[in-house]
Amino acid sequence: MTEHDITLTVNGDEHGLSVEPRTLLVHALRDELGYTGTNVGCESSLCGACTVHMDGDAVKSCTVLAVQADGADIGTVEGLAQDGEFHPIQESFQEEHGLQCGYCTPGMMMTATAYLEDGGSTDRDEIRHALEGNLCRCTGYQNIVNAVESAADKMGGASGAD
Amino acid sequence: MSVKTIDPDEVDVSEILGSAIERREDPALITGEGIYTDDIQRPRMAHMAIVRSQYAHARIDGIDTSAAAEMDGVEGIYTHDDLAADHTPGDLPFMIPTGWLLPDLKQVEYPILAIDKVRYQGQPIAIVVAEERYQARDAAGAVDVDYERLESVTNPAEAVSGDAPTVHGEAPDNVAFDFELTGEGDVDEAFANADTTASLSLSNQRLIPNAMEPRAAVAEFKPGTGELELEMTTQNPHLHRLLLAGVLGFPEHKFHVVAPEVGGGFGSKIHVYPDEALACWAAWHLERPVKWQATRSESYLSDAHGRDHETDVEIALSNQGDILGLKVDTDAAMGAYLSTFAPAVPTFLYATLLSGQYDIPAIYANVTGAFTNATPVDAYRGAGRPEASFVVERIVDQAARALDVDPADVRRRNFVDPDDFPYETQVAVAYDSGDYDGAFEKALDIVGYDAFRERQAAAREQGRYLGVGLSCYIEACGIAPSELVGELGAQAGLWESGTVRFSPSGTVMAYCGTTNHGQGHATTYAQILADELGVDYDMIEVVEGDTDEVPQGMGTYGSRSAAVGGSALVESARKVVEKGRQIAAHHLEADESDIEFEAGQFSVSGAPDRTMAIQEVAGAAYLAHDLPEGMEPGLEATSFYDPANFTFPFGTHVCVVEVDPETGDVAIEDYVAVDDVGNQINPKIVEGQIHGGVAQGIGQALFEGAVYDENGNLATGSMQDYAVPKAMDVPEMELEDTVTPCPHNPLGVKGVGEAGTIAAAQAVVNAVEDALSPLGVDPADLDMPLTGETVWRAIQNAEGGS
Repeated sequence: MTEHDITLTVNGDEHGLSVEPRTLLVHALRDELGYTGTNVGCESSLCGACTVHMDGDAVKSCTVLAVQADGADIGTVEGLAQDGEFHPIQESFQEEHGLQCGYCTPGMMMTATAYLEDGGSTDRDEIRHALEGNLCRCTGYQNIVNAVESAADKMGGASGAD
Repeated sequence: MSVKTIDPDEVDVSEILGSAIERREDPALITGEGIYTDDIQRPRMAHMAIVRSQYAHARIDGIDTSAAAEMDGVEGIYTHDDLAADHTPGDLPFMIPTGWLLPDLKQVEYPILAIDKVRYQGQPIAIVVAEERYQARDAAGAVDVDYERLESVTNPAEAVSGDAPTVHGEAPDNVAFDFELTGEGDVDEAFANADTTASLSLSNQRLIPNAMEPRAAVAEFKPGTGELELEMTTQNPHLHRLLLAGVLGFPEHKFHVVAPEVGGGFGSKIHVYPDEALACWAAWHLERPVKWQATRSESYLSDAHGRDHETDVEIALSNQGDILGLKVDTDAAMGAYLSTFAPAVPTFLYATLLSGQYDIPAIYANVTGAFTNATPVDAYRGAGRPEASFVVERIVDQAARALDVDPADVRRRNFVDPDDFPYETQVAVAYDSGDYDGAFEKALDIVGYDAFRERQAAAREQGRYLGVGLSCYIEACGIAPSELVGELGAQAGLWESGTVRFSPSGTVMAYCGTTNHGQGHATTYAQILADELGVDYDMIEVVEGDTDEVPQGMGTYGSRSAAVGGSALVESARKVVEKGRQIAAHHLEADESDIEFEAGQFSVSGAPDRTMAIQEVAGAAYLAHDLPEGMEPGLEATSFYDPANFTFPFGTHVCVVEVDPETGDVAIEDYVAVDDVGNQINPKIVEGQIHGGVAQGIGQALFEGAVYDENGNLATGSMQDYAVPKAMDVPEMELEDTVTPCPHNPLGVKGVGEAGTIAAAQAVVNAVEDALSPLGVDPADLDMPLTGETVWRAIQNAEGGS
């Protein structure tokens, strides 16, 4: 099958690679570039485990073709911590016990950070709405909502409940 | 109230047991560093895809692999004939074993690749191995199977009705087993003497586990050493090694099974399936690493499903409200084959729990195991116990209605008295300890039960339908002792092993045969051992999930890890301390009986300045220059802990709902859970387990359900069609606890992994029925999931009939 040369900038590092036209972004990240922190749960955009940032937006990388992401800035869970310090969302997920098996967690955190960076509300119902594209089977969501609420507080930029 | 976590560095070792410390598992999982099975890459690794049956029931007239074999990257395509040709004639491996036998159980052959016939949609027929993941899937799609379709049956009651297609020739009536359980109490007499009775027919619908990580395997055979290594999504690597060794005809001692990070299980990663065995065979046959990763669609078709009961239940009552007797008749689906522990689930994990929290003098249960043309059913979170609690709590609500008393009062009147423990039920188990009233009254108090009844009455005046549902559940965890489970049909013991090993530098390694897939064992086991040994929490490392490192193990399921695995580690720690005491006595020149051990220090009684830290003792044990006469060097111990009994956690969950009579929509307004899981090692982890369990129970009550169409096609084969609850679907929960220690294990713990799932569904359904009681809705119309449509139809049916 024909391959295409593309460039992906992942967590600030530029990578050139050749992919089939049908290669999913998540498989390019995981299998070609070794960013295995992003998980695959359904390959149908329903579970959100594969959520990454693409040019600042949260996208489900199982329903983006790698060729569509050519030239894009991709953010994955591996890029959340900076200079050995956890991102506030990581800190809060640990403090609030927002994860159990951890499989949905990278996607959940990428959705939550995009939401909070966009100034999302800390109203708990709003947080739940923001996370409705990300499934978790372990936590019952309550401690995830707590974690997002707490991270919002640490990040300081999100708007309060109104 | 949410439990607040604590940084473990801020907790003194004397207080670490019972502290809600943050989990040590988390840093790897929140940075992407954790390695799940599909993250693993091996040099020369090939990929396997599985050709699965399109149909629920068909004869296979031919399999044409010629077109697929020509496709890019294809290394090989294999059917059952290829497996058979690869093995000694006359020897019959490649069959999935049944791990729990019942008297007169109809055992049927369960081949890892179909032989001549398929019996459920999704059954493996052939495998394709190719260089790349996509190539393997493409070629699997090009394998042409010639089917001759047969009539199918998927409902268990229909399957055993005497008028259904036969799934297996060995069981023409589709009856896998006919199981009865009763005690000394005379049930017929109880019903003959009853002032009133109530009855209900109910379904406990088929569920699909939906662990977020689909099952996966990476297998590698090493010809130079003859070793087979399998990294897989497993809840029990030793059990998988033992049983897969049998399936493959491969020597167990050359077989290394590893659980990397595992993304949830809920039972679905206990069982032995064809898929992982096939990955092993392919790797062995091809002498190169092979990866299989289920797609989500494959998970829906191939992970063992849960529940799927049709039940008639009847209760006998006195006018005073005493429960006199209970009769339960259940048809329980097995699916197309007997999965690993399937026969135990609707029998010894279900019928034995039918006394609930109540003192019931006579119980009779009859369970018919039914073969159906559907995915095999096996343990899914709760496994039998949610079904039992659902039956009991639904019929107790019917009893209250028959007696025209409040459901809370029937329960209060019939609880087993706290002074009556251990309490022998009429269904063959002895509850260890409990205080059912305590948890019940606490839950009712939190929810404001009496005030709610007033609010409910006022709301009804305004045409609003509020309801409250009670669920007083009982759970059985840590199924044991092994001798008993052997008598009941288990083909395995249900002990657990734990090794505690000091290093010469005084740090500790702990090895346990349980396996973590979200439960936080590395944290809780280190808490237990820090407390036992008086060693800093950070100086203790926990290893699980590797058959080469952990001596033996039975794995994690049935809420057993803390009660059985934790107890094994305690026993080993105590053995280590006893050996340490002898060494300390020798070095301190004191009599062993004068040596005290506290907070990691051995000291001479009455001479507190003569001390030796356990770390120093460890150093001396390995230095071995000066040990007591005849003592072996080293400081470690292994224990196989076999519990004296099950543990019986319990609690009361209360759900408050409002039902919109126009749409049938159910909104959960309040959810209160008071659970008693015995002593708690880490209350934050306990809280998380209950949250997650409740979410799965609410999922069953309102959203989830596997649906087969009339041809046996799974109509809910994706996350689009099968409603796993989302963040918006799960209410805020209010959790409280009571603590009644388990009297028969050294930690006093009972187990918490399944409590929420066991409790929640009937709390929700009882609340909906309560809300709709002014409309005269037939409770038999309230089969789960209570979608808007189901509730709306129940209301229409009531109004149409009025």
